[in-house]
Amino acid sequence: MNSENILELRGLQKHFKVGGAFGRGKTLIKAVDGVDFTVGRGETVGLVGESGCGKTTVGRTVMKIYDPTAGSIIFEGEDISKLSRREMKVRRSKMQMIFQDPYASLNPRHTVGTIIEAAFIIHKIEPTGGRVKAIQELLEMVGLNPEHINRFPHEFSGGQRQRIGIARALALKPHLIVADEPVSALDVSIQAQVVNLLDDLQKELGLSYLFVAHDLSVVQHISDRVVVMYLGKVMEIATTIELFANPRHPYTKALLSAVPIPDPIIERKRERIILTGDLPSPANPPTGCVFSTRCWKVQDRCISEAPVPIQISPNHTLACHFPEGTSNS
Amino acid sequence: MLKYVTRRLLYTAILLLIVSFTIFYIFDLIPVDPARLICSKQCTPDLVEANRHRLGLDVSVLEQWWRFIQGLFQGRTYGEGGVEDIYCGAPSFGYSFNRHECVSTIIADVFPTTLSLTIGAFVLWLSVGVSLGVLAARKKGKFADRASNVFVLVGTSLPTFITGILVVLFIVLKFHLVNPLELGDWKNPITDPIGWLRTFFFPCATLALAYAATYTRFTRSNVLEISSEDYIRTARAKGLSEKVILRKHTLRAALAPIVTIAGLDFAGLLGGAIITEGIFGLSGLGKLSLKAVLETYDLPIIVATTLVGSAFVVIMNLIVDVAYAYLDPRVRT
Amino acid sequence: MTKFLEVKNLSVSFPTEDGLVKASNDVSYSVDLGKTLAIVGESGSGKSVSNLAIMGLHNRATTQISGSAFLNLDESPIDVISAPEETVRRLRGKVMSMIFQDPMSALHPYFSVGNQIAEAWSLYNEGSKRDGMKRATEMLDLVGIPSAADRVKDFPHQFSGGMRQRVMIAMALVNNPKLLIADEPTTALDVTVQSQILKLIQEIQKEFNMAVILITHDLGVVAEVADNVCVMYGGKIVETSAIDEIFYRSQHPYTTALLESIPRVDQFGSHRLKAISGQPPSLIGLPKGCSFAPRCQFVSHVSGNRCTTEDPELTEKAKDHFARCFLSTEQIHSLTGRNVKA
Ligand SMILES: Nc1ncnc2c1ncn2[C@@H]1O[C@H](COP(=O)(O)OP(=O)(O)OP(=O)(O)O)[C@@H](O)[C@H]1O
Ligand SMILES: Nc1ncnc2c1ncn2[C@@H]1O[C@H](COP(=O)(O)OP(=O)(O)O)[C@@H](O)[C@H]1O
Ligand code: SF4
Ligand code: SF4
Ligand SMILES: [Mg+2]
Ligand SMILES: [Mg+2]
Repeated sequence: MNSENILELRGLQKHFKVGGAFGRGKTLIKAVDGVDFTVGRGETVGLVGESGCGKTTVGRTVMKIYDPTAGSIIFEGEDISKLSRREMKVRRSKMQMIFQDPYASLNPRHTVGTIIEAAFIIHKIEPTGGRVKAIQELLEMVGLNPEHINRFPHEFSGGQRQRIGIARALALKPHLIVADEPVSALDVSIQAQVVNLLDDLQKELGLSYLFVAHDLSVVQHISDRVVVMYLGKVMEIATTIELFANPRHPYTKALLSAVPIPDPIIERKRERIILTGDLPSPANPPTGCVFSTRCWKVQDRCISEAPVPIQISPNHTLACHFPEGTSNS
Repeated sequence: MLKYVTRRLLYTAILLLIVSFTIFYIFDLIPVDPARLICSKQCTPDLVEANRHRLGLDVSVLEQWWRFIQGLFQGRTYGEGGVEDIYCGAPSFGYSFNRHECVSTIIADVFPTTLSLTIGAFVLWLSVGVSLGVLAARKKGKFADRASNVFVLVGTSLPTFITGILVVLFIVLKFHLVNPLELGDWKNPITDPIGWLRTFFFPCATLALAYAATYTRFTRSNVLEISSEDYIRTARAKGLSEKVILRKHTLRAALAPIVTIAGLDFAGLLGGAIITEGIFGLSGLGKLSLKAVLETYDLPIIVATTLVGSAFVVIMNLIVDVAYAYLDPRVRT
Repeated sequence: MTKFLEVKNLSVSFPTEDGLVKASNDVSYSVDLGKTLAIVGESGSGKSVSNLAIMGLHNRATTQISGSAFLNLDESPIDVISAPEETVRRLRGKVMSMIFQDPMSALHPYFSVGNQIAEAWSLYNEGSKRDGMKRATEMLDLVGIPSAADRVKDFPHQFSGGMRQRVMIAMALVNNPKLLIADEPTTALDVTVQSQILKLIQEIQKEFNMAVILITHDLGVVAEVADNVCVMYGGKIVETSAIDEIFYRSQHPYTTALLESIPRVDQFGSHRLKAISGQPPSLIGLPKGCSFAPRCQFVSHVSGNRCTTEDPELTEKAKDHFARCFLSTEQIHSLTGRNVKA
């Protein structure tokens, strides 16, 4: 047990049973199927992958919004995977979540003050100096006008609502924040504001982030390390620079190559790896390596035997039988 | 699609068996003994027992039910051990010792009336409701929309028995649009369509009014909602004319949910039919069962009418499900 | 020099309870056959409305449209803004086609994809239902749907998002239109699927020599596919030019700020992002002056408070390079350092 790690996931699985209506069998969706990684104290770990690969499910299972099917979640040295809801309540103040949709995640009938105050009430916390002062401090901290404490969510723009969501998450002074696509729903010109805010708060409060996103440019900017997922499994984990400069897994490589770069001259010279086909259904994943149906390096072994993640260097883990050699970005 | 229909058919057949058994079971629980009811003044336990045997009530519920099912398909002989054996041909719904008639004959007598009433009302309310709803949606905010809104308000606020009484009072008695003596006469719609209309138009309209109003509102909001769907914009972007867009693209999607609730509402229609039959003096299934329960406690008739009513609902549901699957490919699996 | 599509002073407004929403304000742009024009801007900047107006897809009763949009057809040019509705309808799907952002909701759930493509084809072609389905199969094949013949009778819900967008493209192109308007065609898709779809559009454009208008909010996508770019802000075009001019010699503070605020996968370092403060303007009752002024960092470099009192015109700053800003070329280039020689 490494005390440097605030969060450690070991063999985390979350399976969903769907269907099962009259006359039909149930299908099992292996949304998360054996995921191992750690988040260090004060570190930002980015979790990327295409839609449906299980990023949100990992985040929600870490928060214990879902009960894991198997595996353990070690938060601040304690396995929380089997704790009951009541036992979780105490821990939950130390881990908080920020959601993608700043519109849907705030109750439209409550004022900003009430929304943030709810956190104090649920956890029976009486901040020194009173709740109102604490809420105003939080609003100020996220760059909102403290005088707007009595306004309703609809009186704020998307970016400002996301700030309210962040203030709410910070109310209980958490150590870990799970941010699920926190900037995806925001306008391009607003995204940078929120990314900077998250950066500042981390420095100021020593927060750790599990940052879930599909936008690789944002993840590259904000993360110290990055976990790449595909169909419920981890493909590659590495420090950000290592992963983006030297991707070894074919999927990571294809993913990076698909991200357009806002620079026409670079774009014209760029050789793209265009993957064929679509993401297979998680209800019916390919045998062996889950990426084998779209991988251009696939061989017989890939189909018969699933590659397990192997640590190839202190800060690089990889699940592929035939990884890419070193290359220059 | 074929697979889906087959599965639904099978499911419906099983459901009908379960429903019919449940009905037998429930009537067995009711503490009224028909064998004693038809027993004369000098009743002895022996006589009751003999009656029970004659009525076929001396076997278990399961056996009674099974004989009934067999009778449905093969016909059946009643009154065993009595003066004479009575045979009712398939499909046999039982024998009423009270009226000395096969129940199937009795039902065949009243069934066309109920069918005329319910189907007539159903067709009327669907056609009026849907076309008014579509019209209101297309002319949103204009006169037609407002007029249909008045219709909706009136229609939904009048209970069926009030409408019925008003119709009888004004149309039949005051304006003499229909001869009161002709009310309630059964007319064959094929040989005498005008006569049939005279008898059934007003009862059907009475029964249909509240539903038609609800369906107008529902259709209007559905059509408006579908009109703002992305795929309607796509249809427009293809260059289709507004007429084709409405007829093919909008209505198809807007009507699918209407089909579903129409099936469910059809069940409620039988209840409404009892009231309407009463007001207009029609002798239909409703009146028959009411009489059997309240006046004679004629168990075979009660069981048969309950069964026919339930079967009606179950089969209607089957039709709805199949129609829905035809309309919406996403449910065909 | 006439281009295939020439939009001039197009304005689209919606009367609402809160006031008149000037969604697209005096915009002009053009695109030629074989070329791609990218229209880039944040959500609500007016990208879709002007193009929906060209397609004639606004409800004329509730929308105020002015200006012109000429399609320079071989026979004779047609202004699709002033032409009768029926005339414009007969151009839709035949001369101009449009695909939309959300491929999940843009296809009718109750009809097979083949049926929907055949329907578009049979509007402008004589032929039996069978011919229509045959043509639909060819189109599905063209857009890269594997085993098209088997899938032509499938329904939209049986396809993934990327495949549905391919179906939309097949449907839009079934009558070989000369203009394709793609409104955020990849926004709802994953990056790996996005690059497939962009490549497909480019290939088909080359094969049929189409004019393409690509609406997007992603400057990376712009860099990947565009020949010319319009940058929109608050319902107006704030800058327009050839792609390299926009990326390397931008003449508008909004464009440069946008380019600098976005992180790039090919640039490392934990530098702070240069965020643009404030938020996009409301389109109701725009204030006087430049609509970017409340967020612009160079307001003080323009003399006499002009930025907040006077609305800058779209002016030609360099050859074929228009921008809506009071700063001179020299000023803005020295302030932003964006003057890279090609
Ligand atoms: N039918 C309408 N009635 C009223 N306002 C409208 C209508 N359609 C669009 N608008 C408004 O016009 C403005 C521009 O809309 P448009 O759809 O062109 O934006 P966009 O730049 O394409 O944004 P997005 O990226 O969200 O699609 C927005 O403020 C929008 O709310
Ligand atoms: N509550 C749920 N019930 C059933 N399936 C679910 C549920 N939540 C997620 N899934 C499925 O699990 C997979 C991963 O989902 P998710 O983690 O939400 O993906 P994303 O990477 O887009 O965040 C998807 O196939 C999704 O459909
Ligand atoms: S294991 Fe095989 S199929 Fe999987 S990523 Fe590596 S090379 Fe490709
Ligand atoms: S006109 Fe003024 S406010 Fe507007 S972009 Fe130019 S410098 Fe900025
Ligand atoms: Mg997600
Ligand atoms: Mg748009």
